[in-house]
Amino acid sequence: MTERINSAWSPSSREIERRISRRAVSRKQASIAAASSILVLGTLAIIFVTSPGWESVKATFFDIDYGREVFPTVIKGLWINIQLTFIGGAAIGVIALGLALVRTTKSPALTPFRFLATAYVDIFRGAPLILIILLVGFGVPALRLNGIPSNVIFLGTTAVVLTYSAYVAEVIRSGILSIHPSQRAAARSLGLTSGQTMRFVVLPQAIRRVVPPLLNDFVSLLKDTGLVSILGVTDAVRAAQINASRSFNYTPYVVAAILFLLITIPMTRYTDRAIRRRTSAQNSEGAV
Amino acid sequence: MSNVLELVDIRKSFGAELVLNHLHLQVPEHTATVLIGASGSGKSTLLRCINLLETIDDGKIYLDGEEISDPLISVDEVRRKLGMVFQSFNLFPHKTVLENITLSPMKVYGKSKDEANTDAMHLLKRFDLSDKADQYPDRLSGGQQQRVAIIRSLAVNPRLLMLDEVTSALDPVLVNEVLSAVRDLKSDGMTMVLATHEMGFATQVADEVCFLESGNILERGTAEQVLHNPQNPKTQEFLKRVHQAGRL
Repeated sequence: MTERINSAWSPSSREIERRISRRAVSRKQASIAAASSILVLGTLAIIFVTSPGWESVKATFFDIDYGREVFPTVIKGLWINIQLTFIGGAAIGVIALGLALVRTTKSPALTPFRFLATAYVDIFRGAPLILIILLVGFGVPALRLNGIPSNVIFLGTTAVVLTYSAYVAEVIRSGILSIHPSQRAAARSLGLTSGQTMRFVVLPQAIRRVVPPLLNDFVSLLKDTGLVSILGVTDAVRAAQINASRSFNYTPYVVAAILFLLITIPMTRYTDRAIRRRTSAQNSEGAV
Repeated sequence: MSNVLELVDIRKSFGAELVLNHLHLQVPEHTATVLIGASGSGKSTLLRCINLLETIDDGKIYLDGEEISDPLISVDEVRRKLGMVFQSFNLFPHKTVLENITLSPMKVYGKSKDEANTDAMHLLKRFDLSDKADQYPDRLSGGQQQRVAIIRSLAVNPRLLMLDEVTSALDPVLVNEVLSAVRDLKSDGMTMVLATHEMGFATQVADEVCFLESGNILERGTAEQVLHNPQNPKTQEFLKRVHQAGRL
């Protein structure tokens, strides 16, 4: 229905003038931005490297040779964090979806489960993650139960999964509740059962809507897997700690931080883009 | 002619507000009943009660002689016999036009994908929308979306089709394509209940026009009687205002 652009069209002389002056304005703006950036950032850099403490800061945090030396152990540790993030993330997704569905259902048979799910979310969302890690990581082996592995990686991951399931369940639940009731009314009046309505109409839209916040949680998850280092798991944080305490040089921490940032910054940028896309899509969707 | 729908002494309130009161209505097979009245007169609530989206406070609703206001009845079974088209279309934005139409035939009626697609394409062709089958609803104009919504509810072969102010969200140019689709259904013999503000359209399709005011049908009869020769002063007042607004 859109009118095809006429290929024979050429801009009028007034339009050409306008384009030239627009280009002049944007060139001027770009040079102002460049000049101001060089001035401010350059001044900051000069202040940093000429300050009296700079040499000792460089030696303690940015010792390049030492950084190169510890790099292999830290990156080996980071691989543990990445594995925990993906394995944990899968488990979190399944558990959180279950919790969110139980909490949003109205079926009378599920009343006790609804109560339990609410209690679960309240507890694990409210308690500090580090406490849960200590309780599971040190508390569970102390019970000396048969059949429960005492592997610290397993226990640490379990603690993270328990807590993050509560966070993610709330995100998914908010997505489900954000779908307009008219969608449900339309589906129900087509004869779909409430289960079918959830599965084919509500949930697909809800998940799409919460992808950006879920990506945020995924970034946080990667960072928080660093906390399992307190159980003695040799992840990136622990590997850096071992090296730093041996040499009293903190470069290994900086190496670990940079490695985390190399993953998290692109991921947060991607999330921001996803949020922007989502917002503009929603705006064009209008009232529904 | 048997009644597809019969409402007996319906009462419905939201809190202290009485929305429907002592309401009686019969809809014989192959007829179209048009509900008119100001916003807030209870038209939409009445349709939602028939669809069991709202629970009535008192009275009885019969569909093909079966009481569907019985709390023990299967709500899903009843809704399979009823089609509903909404003012705001309510298409599923994450599904294409074709998927919107085939969802219920496949999941509720167990039709195969091929069969459901064939039936849906047949309906799309009839309503001149074949080329839109694979589009998402937000790429369609309001009139096209509403026609898809009508097709979606037709795809399950309802005994009764309810249309709730289906043109209110459309601009005057798009209103016509939707109304002509409804006229087609009428000539096919579809049994319908419509809430509308389009008085000219009501005249064309209505076998019976009911004027609702404060949850009660104050006047009913043929379009000729109710719209052009109203007896009740409140109907006269309402139609005068409609006329002033240029909608008659």
